Amino acid sequence: MRLTAAIIAARATAALSRGLRRGGGTALPGLVAERVDPGLERTLAARLGQGSALVTGTNGKTTTARLVRGICREAGLRPVANREGSNMMRGVAAALAESASWDGRFRAPGKRVGLFEVDEATMPLVARAVEPRAVLFTNLFRDQLDRYGEVETVATLWRTALRSFPAEVTLVLNADDPAVASLSDVALGRVVLYGVDDETQAGGPLEHAADARWCYACGAELEYTVVFYGHLGHWRCPGCRRARPTPDVAVSSLMTADDGMSVTLTTPTGEVTVRLPLAGLYNAYNAAAAAALAVALGIETGAIERGLAGATAAFGRQERLTVDGRAVQVILAKNPAGVNQVIRTITADGAPKHLAVFLNDDIADGRDISWIWDVDFELLSGNVASLVVSGRRAWDMALRLKYAGLGERPDVEHDAALALRRAIDATPEGGTLYVVPTYTAMLDARNILGRWAGRGAFWEGDG
Amino acid sequence: MPALSEPERSAGPVEEPALSGPERSAGPVEGTLRLAHLYPKLMNIYGDRGNIMCFERRCRGRDIAFELTELSLGDAFDPAAYDLVFVGGAQDAEQRRVADDLRDVKGEALREYVEGDGVMLAVCGGYQLMGAHYRSADGAQLPGVGLLDLWTEHPGPNARRFIGNVVIEWEGETLVGFENHGGRTHLGPRARPLGSVVTGFGNNGGDGGEGAVYRNLYGTYLHGSLLPKNPHFADHLIALALAKRNGDVRLAPLDDMVEEQAHSEALHLATRRSIIRRGG
Ligand SMILES: [Zn+2]
Repeated sequence: MRLTAAIIAARATAALSRGLRRGGGTALPGLVAERVDPGLERTLAARLGQGSALVTGTNGKTTTARLVRGICREAGLRPVANREGSNMMRGVAAALAESASWDGRFRAPGKRVGLFEVDEATMPLVARAVEPRAVLFTNLFRDQLDRYGEVETVATLWRTALRSFPAEVTLVLNADDPAVASLSDVALGRVVLYGVDDETQAGGPLEHAADARWCYACGAELEYTVVFYGHLGHWRCPGCRRARPTPDVAVSSLMTADDGMSVTLTTPTGEVTVRLPLAGLYNAYNAAAAAALAVALGIETGAIERGLAGATAAFGRQERLTVDGRAVQVILAKNPAGVNQVIRTITADGAPKHLAVFLNDDIADGRDISWIWDVDFELLSGNVASLVVSGRRAWDMALRLKYAGLGERPDVEHDAALALRRAIDATPEGGTLYVVPTYTAMLDARNILGRWAGRGAFWEGDG
Repeated sequence: MPALSEPERSAGPVEEPALSGPERSAGPVEGTLRLAHLYPKLMNIYGDRGNIMCFERRCRGRDIAFELTELSLGDAFDPAAYDLVFVGGAQDAEQRRVADDLRDVKGEALREYVEGDGVMLAVCGGYQLMGAHYRSADGAQLPGVGLLDLWTEHPGPNARRFIGNVVIEWEGETLVGFENHGGRTHLGPRARPLGSVVTGFGNNGGDGGEGAVYRNLYGTYLHGSLLPKNPHFADHLIALALAKRNGDVRLAPLDDMVEEQAHSEALHLATRRSIIRRGG
């Protein structure tokens, strides 16, 4: 009875908030459902015939979860997934409530699999509720220190949670991230590792933003034969001889192609080569992570190949749109490691770029903006054709970019629509504008750009 | 430390700072600023790199040579070799390693430097370590180096963390930044607060003080980064540091339009939000 009431309430709230066009506002239905029936996640998750998998970590959660969804569909499964941005417990509750019928049953329950992207700090809580078959950890970077506390705090939280996991849970771990790979020390069950083997993708010395450069076990400074980005690479500890484990799923080669890349993955069941309409090494990591989770779920290679190619095509389309004859690409700025990757990807071809950078300081952006000083914006120097700076902390960002050598008279416009208009006007027809916003600024920018491109908000219709 | 690009001069109608005339008469501004950055790999949380970049940029913009030395665990500190010392914030585990090194390796030389009026800025965790001790949330006691007459105690895991935008009044001007600390810092009689809190929590959320000063040693919780958008405070430290070897120094003005905008934007946001909070 109470379950039914919770589902009805959640659906009504979801319909209402969609009607009010509250973009991305998927927290409310879950909140309502949880209020009516606090045990809802556990009850519904137990009815998913294929169980659940969680995706957590600092960067790449959303893309990876989306890729896994595509793979599962190709494998004939019917995923139940939370939407981007609603990665707390109530987002999981909302997804379950909205996918179930009014009596709390799923259609085709035998094919149902839960795929939930979850916040780093919320992972233990969600794991206790939905009892997942597999949990994927992407990476652990410095991120929004005011919200999560320190990197070591999150690592400790994870290790503590893993000690109480049942042995049936498979862990999927990034072998190249020492903070994540070392979670296998406390794993009770099976571990599937993924990483990048292709050493031609090395990105030079450790970046300024690199965290986790000390061995968590013995405290020695880690040594790297190859650094890909951040603290991801081929590492070893000179103190206790821990070292990067050999991945089960590895990016054995990566080739940049027009508008994307070609990635070859080695898996326990064979080799997979996919053309991805995504750029950047971090997206190769996302693809490897998704494939590794699929391996953990027992999905065959063919579905992985088809799923990766298909899902990324949809993803690429969603991130790019056309406004007044200009291609506009929106790339979320989350933390130093993420933004460094974005800058490297944007500037890879050496041609000057048109940019609009937005810095907000809401809770979802991180109220502490000091992280912008850990980003290597210096890489943009000499690579910028036009630049507009916006967001509530626009002048802080303008100052950071001035330090990076992008000029002493920056074009600052606090109003998001005016800023985007100016940035589009500064981009020649047929050219590309890169919009790099923090989270809440991204929601605004997507709304405005979506309207101008003559299509609705992005996140709607992403089933 | 990656190489920083040279400050760029825009082609627009920017007034070049006057490098000759009365500005120079007070003392030679040329010369060299020798900065020691303590534990750059361990203590670099909260964008501390911006503070180093600020020192460098504001020296080079005035043709003052800038020499940066990074001192890590185990490296000795020579009190005669530097004009300015910076130490930033760290995560807890790293703070412990630094506390050991301060006590066993650098402590005495740093004391000699500070007692000899050497200029030093300590931010966040580095500030806490300058005091007598730090007691963490679990009750563990971490000895400080005792250069500042203060101590810091975390009231326990359930205590409110002091997080948010801060404005303090310093020498009749404002300093803006962001604070994020669980520990409450209390000053003894031989340290005075750096400034008084206009909005935010400050040292302990109670006595209205923020940071601490003893001789030319400055400690503060403000990051953000602190110095780029508080250029007057950066210049104060640079002038103090140069004065030791060059006599009285007056620094030529720089084009601080963006710096001042960032300062007033932070000031505006911090004070407006605090009014909303009080009102609600
Ligand atoms: Zn070790």
